[in-house]
Parts: sequence; C-alpha cells; structure tokens
Amino acid sequence: MNFPILSSLILLPIVGALFLFFTKDKEGNNLTAKYVALFTTVVNFLISIYLWISFDQSTSSFQFVEDRVWIEGFINYKVGVDGISILFIILTTFITPICIISVNNSVKNRLRDFLIAILIMESFMIGVFCALDLVVFYLFFEAGLIPMFLIIGIWGGARRVYSAFKFFLYTLLGSVLMLVAIISIYWITGTTDVVQLYEIGIDVKYQNLLWLAFFSSFAVKTPMWPVHTWLPDAHVEAPTAGSVLLAAILLKMAGYGFIRFSLGLFPIASEVFTPLIYTLSVIAIIFTSLIALMQEDMKKLIAYSSVAHMGFVTLGIFTLQQQGIEGSIIQMISHGLVSAALFLTVGVVYDRMHSRLISTYGGLVSVIPKYSILFMLFALASLGLPGTSGFIGEFLILMGAFKDNFLVAVIASIGVILGAAYMLWLYKRVVFGKLINEDLKKILDLNRSEYFILSCLAAPILFFGFYPDPLINTIEVSVTDLINMHNSNIASK
Amino acid sequence: MENLNLVLPEIFISLSIMFLLVLGVFKKDSSKITFILSLFAILITAIITINETFSVSRETLFNESVVIDSLSSLMKIITLVGGFLVLVISSSYLKTFKIYNIEYPILILSSILGMMVMISSNDLIVFYMGLELQSLALYVLATYNRDQLKSSEAGLKYFVLSALSSGLLLYGCSLVYGFSGSTNFDIISNQLNSNEYVLTFGIVFILVGLAFKISAVPFHMWAPDVYEGSPTTVTLFFTMVPKIAALTVFIRFLYVPFLNLIDQWQMIIVFLSIASMIFGAVAAIGQTNIKRLIAYSSISHIGYTLAGLATVSNEGIQSSIIYISIYVVMNLALFCCLLMLRRKDQYYEDISDLSGLSKNHPMLSLCLLVILFSLAGIPPLAGFFAKFYVFIAVLEQSMYFLAIVGLLSTVVAAFYYLRIIKIIYFDKEKEKYDTDHSLWLKFSLTVSTILILLYFIFPSQLIEVVSRINII
Repeated sequence: MNFPILSSLILLPIVGALFLFFTKDKEGNNLTAKYVALFTTVVNFLISIYLWISFDQSTSSFQFVEDRVWIEGFINYKVGVDGISILFIILTTFITPICIISVNNSVKNRLRDFLIAILIMESFMIGVFCALDLVVFYLFFEAGLIPMFLIIGIWGGARRVYSAFKFFLYTLLGSVLMLVAIISIYWITGTTDVVQLYEIGIDVKYQNLLWLAFFSSFAVKTPMWPVHTWLPDAHVEAPTAGSVLLAAILLKMAGYGFIRFSLGLFPIASEVFTPLIYTLSVIAIIFTSLIALMQEDMKKLIAYSSVAHMGFVTLGIFTLQQQGIEGSIIQMISHGLVSAALFLTVGVVYDRMHSRLISTYGGLVSVIPKYSILFMLFALASLGLPGTSGFIGEFLILMGAFKDNFLVAVIASIGVILGAAYMLWLYKRVVFGKLINEDLKKILDLNRSEYFILSCLAAPILFFGFYPDPLINTIEVSVTDLINMHNSNIASK
Repeated sequence: MENLNLVLPEIFISLSIMFLLVLGVFKKDSSKITFILSLFAILITAIITINETFSVSRETLFNESVVIDSLSSLMKIITLVGGFLVLVISSSYLKTFKIYNIEYPILILSSILGMMVMISSNDLIVFYMGLELQSLALYVLATYNRDQLKSSEAGLKYFVLSALSSGLLLYGCSLVYGFSGSTNFDIISNQLNSNEYVLTFGIVFILVGLAFKISAVPFHMWAPDVYEGSPTTVTLFFTMVPKIAALTVFIRFLYVPFLNLIDQWQMIIVFLSIASMIFGAVAAIGQTNIKRLIAYSSISHIGYTLAGLATVSNEGIQSSIIYISIYVVMNLALFCCLLMLRRKDQYYEDISDLSGLSKNHPMLSLCLLVILFSLAGIPPLAGFFAKFYVFIAVLEQSMYFLAIVGLLSTVVAAFYYLRIIKIIYFDKEKEKYDTDHSLWLKFSLTVSTILILLYFIFPSQLIEVVSRINII
C-alpha cells in the first residue's frame, strides 16, 4: 500500500486546526496562531505540488486511489484524482495560505477561531475534489456549510446574519434533493462508487430526474441565474478572506460537480438538458453583467461578475466539446485566481478607508501607484485580455460554443464585451480621475505582506496566460476520455 | 418450568425498588444513599440484561405473554442507559430546588420497570400493565417540583390527557380482542387478516393511543406544556426514555399483531410521520423557551423515526432504532448544556439567555454548536447519519414523497437551529454563568459531544448491533 497522500492532504489542515484549538487564544494579532496555520497550509501546498509532479498525465484513470471500507457492505471511503480534480486541489491549497496571510487587517477579533474555521474549510474542500464515492462527496460538500456559515456570521459585516442564513439555507435546500438522488442511485445500481458507476451506467429512464436533482444542488452552488441571489449578499458581508475562499474555491465545487457527476453519470440527460443550461448560462452572462455595471459597491460588482464568469463555465461544460470543457476548467482555475485577487485588492482599500463604495474612491493612481498597477492587471485578467489566464479560458469556451451552437456563442461573446465594460469602468472610477476625497491623500500603498500575496496571485495569472500548456496537458487526457465515454454512451442508446 | 433467568432484570429491579422504598422510609436523610443505590441497581440490571438476554434470539415466557428477543434486549439496554444518565446528572439540579428526595430515584426506577415490561410484552394485558406503571410514575415525576405552579399544571395536564389516550388505547385493545378472541400478539396476528370495517377502528384507536405516548402530530398538544413545566431533569427523562419504550411497542404492534393489515395502517403512519416532521419544524420557529423548542424539535425527530417504521422492512425498523439511539445521545448532550445555564442558584431556560455565550463560555458554546448542527442533520455529525439511514430505508421502498418532504423539512428545521447558533455566536454577550458544575454533568456532556462529533469514523458498529433485529 502506498503512502495515503490524498488522505494526508485532507487530514493535515484538521491536525493544524486541532493544534490551534489547544493553544491559548490571545487578543489582537495572534502571531503564533497565524504561523501555525500558515505552516500547515504551506506544507499542504507543497504536498499538492508533489502530487502534481508525480501525477501521470498520460492516463485518465484515477491515481493515488485509496479505498477503505467505511460502512460495512455499503459505502467505501474512496478518494483519488484524475487530471480534472488535481488542478482544483492545487488551487485550494494555493489559495488557503494566501487567505491566511491576508487576515492581518480584516479580522480583528477571535483570530484563532477564524484560522481554525479556514483550516477545517480547506480540508473539506480538498475532500470534495478527491472524493470518488457519492456519499463521501456529499459529506464533504455539505460539511463545508458549517465553517462558512460561521465565517460569514461571526466575522462578517453589518448584514452578516441575514447573509449567513441565506447562504446556509439556500445551499442546504439545493443539496437535500441531491441526497435523495444519491440514495436512489444506490438502490438503482447497488453502488455509490463513481468509478463503478461510470462503467455500469445508469438506466436511461431514471437519468432525467436524477440529473435534475443534482442540478438543483449544483445550480445553487455555482450559482446560476435565477438562484444566484445568495452570492452577492454572502460576498459583500463576508470578511475578505471569506469572500476569497467563497469565490475562488467554493463556487468551483459546483462546476467540478457538473463535469464529474452530471456529465459522467447522466450522459443522456446532459444532452437533453443542454438547452436549459445554455439558456440559463446566457441569461446569467448578459443579465448579471448588466447588473454588475450598475453596482455602487465594489464587492457586489465583483460578486456579480463571478456569476457571469460562472455562466461561461457552465456554458463551456455543456458544449460537450473538447475545447469547451477544457476552457471551462481553465476558466474556473483562472477565475479562482483572479476573483481571489480582486477581492483582496478591494480588501486592501477597504481596510484603509472602511468603505466599499466606488464613489468613495477616485484618483488612486496618483497616491498608491503599486496598488493601481496590480489592480489593473487583475481587472484586465478578469475581462479576459490576451496574455492573461482569463483569455485562455474564455477563448476556449467560445470556441467550443461556436462548434456546438452559433447563436449561443454570439450572445455569450456580447457578454465578453459587457465584462470589459464593467471592469474597465470600475477601474476608471476607482483609480483614475481627480482625487476629490481628502482622506484618500493619506492612504498608504501596499505593505509587504499585501504586495507579496498579490504578486503571488499575479504570477500564475500571467504565466498561464502566456503558457497554458501545463494546465492543458494535465487535463487533456481526462477530458478526451470523458468525451469519448460520453459519445459512446450516446451512441449505444 | 419457565426459564426465569430471562426476566431476571425485571425481577431484580422490582426487588431493588421495594428495598429502596423500605430503606427510604426507615432511615433518616437517606436521599443520598438512595440515589447511589438506585444508580447501582440500574447498572446491575443493565449488566444482567446483557448477560442473560443479549444472546437470546427469541424466547417466550408465561404462556407466551412475554417475549425476549434482540429487539427487546437492545431497547431495554438503551432505556437503562438513558435512565442511568438522567439520574446521574439530576442531583445538583434537584438540590438547587430542595427536592432532592428519595422519591425521585424510586419513581424513575419504577417507570423504567414499567417500560421494560412494555418492551417485552407479547400480550395486550401485559403491555397495558407496563404502560400504566410507567405512566403513573411519570405523572408524579412531572409534578415533582410541587411548589411551583407550572410543574403542578404540567403534571395535571399530562395526567388528564394521558388518561384519555390510555382509554382510547384500551378501547382499541378491546375491539381487537373481540375480533381475534385472544390477547396474545402471535395469535392475534394469525387471526386478523380480514378487512373488517370495525377492526380498522380498533387499529386506529390503538395507534392513536401510541401516537400520543410518543407525541406524534396531531396528538402532540400535551408535549410543549408538559416539557416546559416539568423540572428540567424530568423533561430530559420525558424526551428520551419513555419514547424508546413507546417506539418499541409501536414496532411490536405494527409488525406482530397487525402485520397482515399493512394496507390499513401504513397510510396512517406515513401521515403521522409527515405531519410530525413538518409541524415540529414549523412550530419550533416561533418559540422563545428552550424547553418548548426542544419539545417541538422532539416532535419532528419522532416524525423521522416513524418514517423508518412506515417502510415495512427490517431496514426501516433498524434505521428507526438507530435514529432514536443517536437522538438520545444528542438530546442528552443538549440537556447537559441547558443544565449548565445556572447563575446563583437559578436556572435559565430562555433562548435569549444564550446570547453571546461564546464569549464567556467558549467550550460550552462549541459543544452546543456541534449538538445543534447535528440535530439539524448536517454532515459529518451523527445526526446526519441518523437521517441518512432512515432515508435509505425509505427510498428503498420508493417512497419518494415521504423522503422529499422529510428532507425539505430538515431545511426548515435547520432554520431554527441556526437561529440558536446565531444567538450564541453572533449576538452581544450577557453575564457569565456559574462554572462549578458537577463532574458527572461535564463528563456526560463531553462524552456525548465527542460521540456526536466522531461518529462518522466508526459508523459500522451501531449498524452491526442493530442489524440483529429482524422482526419481519
């Protein structure tokens, strides 16, 4: 038996959290706690990098698989990664330390408890991405609600209680139907093991209903129009680190779920419901982009832009084309980096001015130039400028979409223009213009830690923008096999 | 000659009751020794139960009027453990109210005896005897804090309504007897297979009486008032132990004498289950008193256990038993927290008293957090698995409506559990509570919380124990 590397990835943050739990909580800036949390997450990141290096890119079968009996004769604890999930795991382990460095200013009280919540969250998120059993997946998927509820509720802004409740109940409501579907799958096929289910296949007559049950959960989590309304609230009220986790990783769980479960388990139903997804995605892209244009709150604007970007992701996944799915995965990774960076840049000025309103700012470029340059890079990455990772994702998705459905692709392309409009307009209003607000003159530029984390995020955005090969090589075989499996399923029915 | 070893637990506990009664009467200031001795009595009874009956697959005694099988021994053990824990954490509460008397442990012992008889009954008369024994003890327990108006009111209310339901039950029994010609469950089971119109009435009356005992909607009206008025430790007893016994009887009635009449009772159980799940969840939202809230939450939890029973399968029965066992642990933990809300000899019971608890009492709040999320059924806590098993059984029978309604009502229920968490964690703090709790209380809280938290690591053990129960 090999070293259980995935389980240690899942367990390590919990061990760190336990360690923190038994240290004494100090008031104010609790450096010990921070270093412990940082150390844990960095080690986790290094392990995941090792995972990526030793990952075999030439096969689509699951690697590093661990399979243990968990509930006798019923459920196995089964985890493993393929080319698709490994990238999400690395994204998770990469974003979490950045969150932990960024808590410096945004979290004032109960820092230790906050770090514990983040660490537990990390382990659940990794669990979601490597679970190969539906019940195990559901467990991790749902368990993440608890720490996130507390993060928003305890450390959030003024309307935090409302947002925390909305977040929790919306997601729970979506997920319970998925639970019904999972148990039904068990009774239909006799297993909840994803790999076996891929081989057996699920009877066509059940597929539509099951697909809808999974969809109800993933649509809320993605979030897709019209069930996206929890996201702006949750984003706005959550502390910066919470928004980063939410935007960068939590939203990706649903996209990942669509690829792994909706496409993999219900190929026929996916074909049937493609028009539905297309419609909702296109509405999400256009509609939320327009809403984003009108926002006065920066965090809300970014939140709506997330909905629009996730609209591209769902569109790409259900093109069922090689390019579309690859584009969606890259778009998700890129959006994870970019939205995290954007929330952090908003967090930087929020910590100094305590205002998220766009009208507070203006003319920042003359007082804090370093900040303005990085902000520009992230804004451009968000609108998908060539040379940033955002471009690769959107381009591939649109390519896939043009192959499959011309009209949808054209409408989605309009969304790209709208995306450019709201991002550039935001940037113009915040950074350019005259410096009117007197308080802004005393604002400080990025300090060392902020500079460090923002550069950490900028590097991969640029690197993968110019050289996306490492990403594409990793996912290529898995995606090809997924599509082959899908096509053979369609052909045989 | 009958093998009396099988009823040794009952014999032992009756002898202990008599002995303790005599001791209490003739020895002055004997409340402490009575408490300790009754704890030992329960412990020894539990050991005897495990030793003598746990390996028995099915035996009947006394003209087949008493049955000892894996169901009865498991449920007896859960009852005894529940009674033991209630007794163990009661003393400091009772001392505060100056009602630390010998009657309390003796009444608990006698109600446990009544429940054990109920659990083992295989005959209408034996069943009714056990039921009345436990009820009479419970009436007195409800009024145990006799100087308080609310407690007396609770006892009276419980007595009147319970007597009414017992009457209905008895009437149902007489109808069933009239049709089958026997009081023995097995014989009834063979006799009853006709679709007689009046027989349905008998079944309905019996089910109504039983539904009253487990406070399933629409026969739940007594529960919130009685739970609120009774002394907190007695409420703890009410919410756990009698329900175990009543659930066992429910299982026995449905699956032994009424097994051939599934068409008649399945719809009733499904209705009771759905009504309890929804009503318990919705009605709890507006509550301000924690004990009333627990009453409504226990109603909705009973709904889930009934969902398991409605499936007519061994898996369903097993899942109900798993559910009630996990519920007992969660309930115990919740009441331990409630008993810790004490400041200068006064106990606090309002939800608003929990406000900002996490600032002054981080450990207690963390326990409450775990317990409440578990009650709401969020993975990976034990409460999720309880619901999970029930829904597996329900969906095996393709009862999609029941499953979906049940799961949607968990979302509603999640709302009021979240509200308490919000009050604990997000609101302004109040004065500190005392922290000098008895060791047993702390111990029970710690152990039960850890059980809830880490149940997911070894879920198989409980299933293994329960899977020996095969009724159908």
